[in-house]
Amino acid sequence: MEFSEHIKTANVEDVVLRQPLHPPSRGTLCITGHHLLFSDREEGSSRQVLLLLRNIDAIEKSVENLLGYSGFFSKAGLSERTSGSSGTITIKCKDLQVLQLDIPGMEQCLNIAHSIETLSCLDSVSEMYPFFYRPADLSLQDQWGLSSPESYYSQMKELHGRWRLSSVNRDYSVCPSYPPAVIVPNSIDDDTLRKVAKFRQGGRFPVLCYYHRKNGMVIMRSSQPLTGANRKRCKEDELLLQAVIDGSDKGYIIDTRSSQQAQQARMTGGGFESKSCYSHWKRLHRQMERGKALQESLIKLVEACGDESNNMDRWLSKLENSKWLSYVQTALSTAGLLAECVERDGHSVLVHGSEGTDSSLLISTLAQLIMDPCCRTLDGFLALLEREWLQAGHPFQQRCAHSAYSHTRLQQESPVFLLLLDCVWQLWRQFPLALGFSEALLLRLATEVYASDYGTFLCNSDQERCAVGVKDKTHCLFQALLRPREKDYYSNPLYEPTELAIWPSVHPQSLQLWRGFFLRWTQQIRHLEEAQEEIRNMVIEWGKLALS
Amino acid sequence: VIPVENVRLLDRSSGQRKASVGTLYLSATHTIFVENNPETRKETWVLHSMVSSVDRPPSTPSGSQLVLRCKDFRVYQILVPQERDCVDVHASLVRLSRPEKYSELYCLSFNPSVNKEEREASWSFIDLMADYKRMGVPNNLWVSTTVNNEYRVCDTYPSELFVPKSASTGVIVGSSRFRSRGRFPALSYFHQDTLAAVCRCSQPLSGFSGRCQEDELMLQAVMKSNPGSDYIYVVDTRPKLNAMANRAAGKGYENEDHYTNIKLQFIGIENIHVMRSSQQKIIDVGEMRAPSMSDFLWGLENSGWLKHIKAVLDAGVFIARAVADEGVSVLVHCSDGWDRTAQACSVASILLDPFYRTLRGFMVLIERDWVSFGHKFSHRYAHLDGDPKEVSPVIDQFLECVWQLSEQFPCAFEFNERFLITLHTYIYSCQYGSFMGNCQKERRDLRLRERSHSVWPQLWKDRSDYTNPLYQAEQSQSQGVLKPNTSPFYFKMWKGLYNHVEKSVPPRQSPADYLSAVREESQQLEEELTNHQEVAPGGTAHQHQHHQPGSRQGIQHNTPPPPPPPPTNLEIPPV
Repeated sequence: MEFSEHIKTANVEDVVLRQPLHPPSRGTLCITGHHLLFSDREEGSSRQVLLLLRNIDAIEKSVENLLGYSGFFSKAGLSERTSGSSGTITIKCKDLQVLQLDIPGMEQCLNIAHSIETLSCLDSVSEMYPFFYRPADLSLQDQWGLSSPESYYSQMKELHGRWRLSSVNRDYSVCPSYPPAVIVPNSIDDDTLRKVAKFRQGGRFPVLCYYHRKNGMVIMRSSQPLTGANRKRCKEDELLLQAVIDGSDKGYIIDTRSSQQAQQARMTGGGFESKSCYSHWKRLHRQMERGKALQESLIKLVEACGDESNNMDRWLSKLENSKWLSYVQTALSTAGLLAECVERDGHSVLVHGSEGTDSSLLISTLAQLIMDPCCRTLDGFLALLEREWLQAGHPFQQRCAHSAYSHTRLQQESPVFLLLLDCVWQLWRQFPLALGFSEALLLRLATEVYASDYGTFLCNSDQERCAVGVKDKTHCLFQALLRPREKDYYSNPLYEPTELAIWPSVHPQSLQLWRGFFLRWTQQIRHLEEAQEEIRNMVIEWGKLALS
Repeated sequence: VIPVENVRLLDRSSGQRKASVGTLYLSATHTIFVENNPETRKETWVLHSMVSSVDRPPSTPSGSQLVLRCKDFRVYQILVPQERDCVDVHASLVRLSRPEKYSELYCLSFNPSVNKEEREASWSFIDLMADYKRMGVPNNLWVSTTVNNEYRVCDTYPSELFVPKSASTGVIVGSSRFRSRGRFPALSYFHQDTLAAVCRCSQPLSGFSGRCQEDELMLQAVMKSNPGSDYIYVVDTRPKLNAMANRAAGKGYENEDHYTNIKLQFIGIENIHVMRSSQQKIIDVGEMRAPSMSDFLWGLENSGWLKHIKAVLDAGVFIARAVADEGVSVLVHCSDGWDRTAQACSVASILLDPFYRTLRGFMVLIERDWVSFGHKFSHRYAHLDGDPKEVSPVIDQFLECVWQLSEQFPCAFEFNERFLITLHTYIYSCQYGSFMGNCQKERRDLRLRERSHSVWPQLWKDRSDYTNPLYQAEQSQSQGVLKPNTSPFYFKMWKGLYNHVEKSVPPRQSPADYLSAVREESQQLEEELTNHQEVAPGGTAHQHQHHQPGSRQGIQHNTPPPPPPPPTNLEIPPV
């Protein structure tokens, strides 16, 4: 397919662009297969705005006929009637920016709108921009990614006695959403794993995702067991979990559903680990919102942040009504619970909800940040995201197809990853010295996950990425973020490594709206950025002096 | 009072989870609790004047309870084994925490180790006349008047005031008779950039139809003192309905038909009674143990507190815009012109003039718009046992507006949150004479300058604890007029003041403390470097110990919350 068939009007002169934080400017608009390009043609300025069409969540168009009623009376030709008219396109982006384009000529306006609508939501992955993006300073031969189960296993010498690296999934046949290599108990062979996979939704059998060096306890994650209404059992599954706790008295299962939801899941073939069959495991239920409810929460919150009534009661009530901060609170407190089981009580934990691709990843990631200083560096954090989200099979393409502004009917969209970033921001705010990366990194990731030049967040699983050749034909975002200049910018100047766990406060007063993201396009946020800049400069100055 | 032994004290505000056992003493000024634990022997001192209520909930099997609620929103729970002791302690505390006469106040017995000269000097630390001079007053538009010498015209005003040059004594006196409590229009702030001014007064005694020629002339004179504009704004900070209701009592607001060239603007800040009950609700929100997010946000909304804070800030923003952007002078009043007027004028000044965002400038601002213009500190902050309806958190709201601004402009203020909270404590604690009484005349009659100390030199001495490390005078945020966004999204609950449940469990990391340490160390290194260079050629060999980059020696992280902070212990090797 050619992009050109969707572009009837490629260039329009005399367009006025209205953008937050900038005065309106007049210039030329250009639509390409992947971008909207605006270049200012005022004297003495050369501002260019390059917007990835993929970043556009929704557009609204309004056309008006400047000739008024005259068009009705004179039966003039189409071109004559439309030449005196103009249109306005409002572009709402997935990074929450809202732009407006005033375009002369109704027909041109409609053409542009049509192109944007079509090109911004093309389905075919291999036609997306990352497959065309070729920056001069990156080579496709560069290493892709930072971490993998293989490298995690080889670094963690402590694992080698009781755990092994299994390649039972090397052709993705056992679990399509898992990576080819996974870490499992040494005593469990691949045949057993295959049987366990049949007993877990989507084949997501329990695998190790974190080893706590201080006490040898682990975090496992999986999907729900398929016990169904008849309380089916799977000996191999029980065996695997038994092998996880090996000798210690018990382990915990954190089920990210309420116990009622877990009961109900049996009716549709799912279920939970019953006390009688898994006697050494204690189940804890924590209901976490997912899917549609989470997406709607985001939509409500973004809508509230755009409310212009200037009314405090209304704002607080909308903020409450969106429930977003409640979800942040639940996520952090469940992660805190998980970390407490491992770090304080000294027990291994298995985490799952139903599919094991959303909430489970959310809390296992947060728990690792709380406990493990290695995950709190810039490299460590990106590697964590790579293992726990990309390789663990969070369906990015489905979850991030649309954001808060979209009018299209929602399908699989859900801002779980955004919720993770918000929770990490809360941690960062509560422990400004403990994390090695800056708020700017979280904001960058929040943008990239929805629309990117890089291939990192494409597709829904390792298998899909492999099939379209993401690793060979696109560049890796994480590698790009670690280039010296970027790395500097995304580092926390105040970073001071600590071996201690960072226990977040989940008291409502300790949690705040992530203004840097939700009010990102306002002047006020610039003041906060200036403050961050000031902090960076101070620390740099100090470093220079200390050196001299 | 005989000490009571085996008392249990729980101080949640300092993050204590379990009560400690010890002995309770009552002195003339403090409740003192000394822990039994021989290793710590920790002492807790609670100033009687900080106690806002002492409650005695029903006894429990393990003893009788006392709950001390303090004016800084701390809560102490005390368990006394014997009911009789508890009744005694309760009775004494009730008496001690509610002094009836000024002579019983702590500031008259508080005796820091300074001599007479130092004490006298402490009272001239803040010089208001110097600040008017800084603004360029007096000049050919605004002049000093002696009309209120000996507080003859208005007993709640200061004796030294600035008025429009064209206003004769007759006009001033006439205007003063037509204003509630005689509080005639006087200068609060003069903006040199536009020559526009912020003036303040009380409501006119207009009723439904009354008018006063001198008052009309007075407003004309205010307008004439601004060559750049042919009208003035009269900002009535009350809700319009309240202002109208006042007309029935012979008071009210300016009738635009009688006053030429004024534009009347109502802002809608609620009265002191609404604010008192709103604050009680936000205190309750702060004390909720484990609320859900919904309960918390609902409580926050229901308290109305942030809405009121926003109203005060909006008033300041309106005035600042008129003065800076339009170049139009503003006359501000409410009813008596000592609560909402003080809030609106001081917020406007802080937005308009970077000087008031410095440590010293902020002291000047409080001294001018609050202390000298007769804000009723002793009534509002219950220094004496009196009418509870007079109590209201008026200055709390001003301090909070400044805090909210500092959250929006982290580099714009020289002082930090700790300074605001410390100031809040001193306003209530009666330790210093600065905030005693209700007006300048009362303070003079009490001879406070001879009998007590001023708080400002003390705060100045400790300024390193109160400095915002991000502040840099030449930085863009620090200069010019501040233009805050007052959309509801930018307001937050002031956790540092109201949350005493979660505080310091575990101690949170503070980037500010860290940066202060970094800044201090940078300065020392710089000095060290200069010294080094001065002696270097041919001088004695230096044992210059190099700092490892990134080692950040001696910088403390988990400094506990204020006040007072432990000294930042920086070990710079001797040169």
